[in-house]
Amino acid sequence: MIGSNVHIGNVSKTFGDFVALDDVSIQIQKGEFFSLLGPSGCGKTTLLRIIAGFEEPASGAVLLDDRDVLPLLPNQRSVNTVFQNYALFPHLSVFENVAFPLRLHKQKEPLIRARVSDYLQLVELQDHANKKPSQLSGGQKQRVAIARALINEPSVLLLDEPLSALDAKLRQHMLIELDSIHDKIGITFIYVTHDQQEALSVSDRIAVMNKGMVLQIGTPQEIYEAPATDFVAKFIGETNLFEGIVRKIDGELLELETAEFGTICLTDSTPPAIGTRVSWTVRPEKLRISHDSAANGRSGLNTLQGRVDEPIYSGFQTKFYIKTAGGATMKVIKQHADWSDEGPEIAWKDEVYLSFSAKDVFLVERKQ
Amino acid sequence: MRRGPGLAYASPSLLWLTFFFIAPLLIIVLYSFLTPGQRGGVDLPFTLNAYRAIANPSFGKVVVGTIAVALAATFFTLLIALPCGYYMARSSKQTLLLLLVIIPFWTNFLIRIYAWIAILGNEGFLNDLLRWLGLAEESVRFLYNRAAVTLVLVYTYLPYAILPLFSTIDKFDFSLLEAARDLGATKFMAIRKVLLPNIRAGIFTAFLFTFIPIFGAYAVPLLVGGTNSYMLGNLIADELTKSRNWPLASAISLVITLVTTIGVMLLLRFNGTHILEKKHEKA
Repeated sequence: MIGSNVHIGNVSKTFGDFVALDDVSIQIQKGEFFSLLGPSGCGKTTLLRIIAGFEEPASGAVLLDDRDVLPLLPNQRSVNTVFQNYALFPHLSVFENVAFPLRLHKQKEPLIRARVSDYLQLVELQDHANKKPSQLSGGQKQRVAIARALINEPSVLLLDEPLSALDAKLRQHMLIELDSIHDKIGITFIYVTHDQQEALSVSDRIAVMNKGMVLQIGTPQEIYEAPATDFVAKFIGETNLFEGIVRKIDGELLELETAEFGTICLTDSTPPAIGTRVSWTVRPEKLRISHDSAANGRSGLNTLQGRVDEPIYSGFQTKFYIKTAGGATMKVIKQHADWSDEGPEIAWKDEVYLSFSAKDVFLVERKQ
Repeated sequence: MRRGPGLAYASPSLLWLTFFFIAPLLIIVLYSFLTPGQRGGVDLPFTLNAYRAIANPSFGKVVVGTIAVALAATFFTLLIALPCGYYMARSSKQTLLLLLVIIPFWTNFLIRIYAWIAILGNEGFLNDLLRWLGLAEESVRFLYNRAAVTLVLVYTYLPYAILPLFSTIDKFDFSLLEAARDLGATKFMAIRKVLLPNIRAGIFTAFLFTFIPIFGAYAVPLLVGGTNSYMLGNLIADELTKSRNWPLASAISLVITLVTTIGVMLLLRFNGTHILEKKHEKA
């Protein structure tokens, strides 16, 4: 199978007064595992339905390998969908569900048998061929839906929150399986999800969407480490988000004046002008927490003082809510690694020092 | 199986069935084997005369004619009811549409037939319209033939087909049609290969709800039919009221009951297994 590259150019779509998509442009490479990530109602499913042909955009272009697909009906596009609720045909057996697209194209019976058994093997369901969908578990139904969507050898596979109906453990398992199927067949996957963990763990690239707009497109690392807007920072993982005013610029090193923490320093290659009000973020796991202020005063290192408001222990890590001297709350995540001796355990109401590098502080665009 | 209080629980419906269904049926069976009374009613002795009369070929003609009209009317009723039910199920104004389907029931059945006569008659609305448009000089005879009977039967029993179809289609998961389209099916193929198999139970119910009453239709052929659209229901009425041959009327009634019962049994054999299977799966 050969994947297609997908060009989405300036696509807009409204439902009455509701703007579902607002001038969305995305380039997806051949064979890429691309995720559309965002909260419900952000337009990601609408975009998927436009690519599949179930919705028409108000304006804009959708090209598959430079070919305009908007005039084509859903059944004429080499794009297949794995639906959120599986959408298996209840009156047909697993075998006939998977064979459905082949029977539509009036393929010969021996060829159908061979192809269907190949694809059932791919999703490890060869022993369930004669069952009806109602006799399958959620994970098995999902696999049938995947086999059925792949048997036509589409150049793009659309997945609409395919794992949302599964429980957490099964979801992890299916995610790994989806990834390995993607590696095996190498076509373009467009994966819609509201779950940032899912998107981060399997995607080559992610587009974060909110309110019909694409806020950031990048690799999982880029999106997590350097969120472009405050929404992306808050939506992906946990973060600390504050405001400040630029007071001093020294090359790439900036100093911000903040109401809560005094001066905060950070690095930015394209610094805004002095006096600009900005939002800045630092991830909780980038902060170091300790009882003593060993690193105080070093350049490029921010240090804060505070009191443990609430420690939340969760086995492999502990999350602390630290009430700082300025009255703000800073989230800190500490991994439990027993090789590093970090002194006595940090407990509730302890006075602590926080330190974090200027390199781990990012300016984010304020855009809800 | 446990035989506990089951019979006690079932007794109200059993009593109902006995008094209102089984007892009348037995009376009809009994009457069919008796001799016609002088002024209607029945007399002894027991005889098979009524059944000998049924063997008459002219009676067979009426049976065949009735089956033909009933099948045609049922076919057209389903043909119209399917898209109606589909549209209602997909509409956002379901309550309003349901009301529109039910409204005709508020007017007496006979009055609605006379309304059709007012529309289709020689001096009726349709002929007036044709003359006004200059399409016809003489009145066109729409009434008193099989087509008129079929048309009015379709009109009368349409709601009985729409309602079960609507309730089945309403439960249908329409995303299955999108899935079929996505997998390469045209609109028509998606409906044929996915919608129709999944609403078989509703089509089956709609068929029974229309075919059985149409097969026993009496008033419609009497009022808008001609001599060639005489149906079994008219035959029974004539025997009962004009010829005063109650045993023959009873025997013909039994023939109707028998034909519909056999028809339903056959349908259940071919179609019903699917319905039973479905129930079994859910259990």
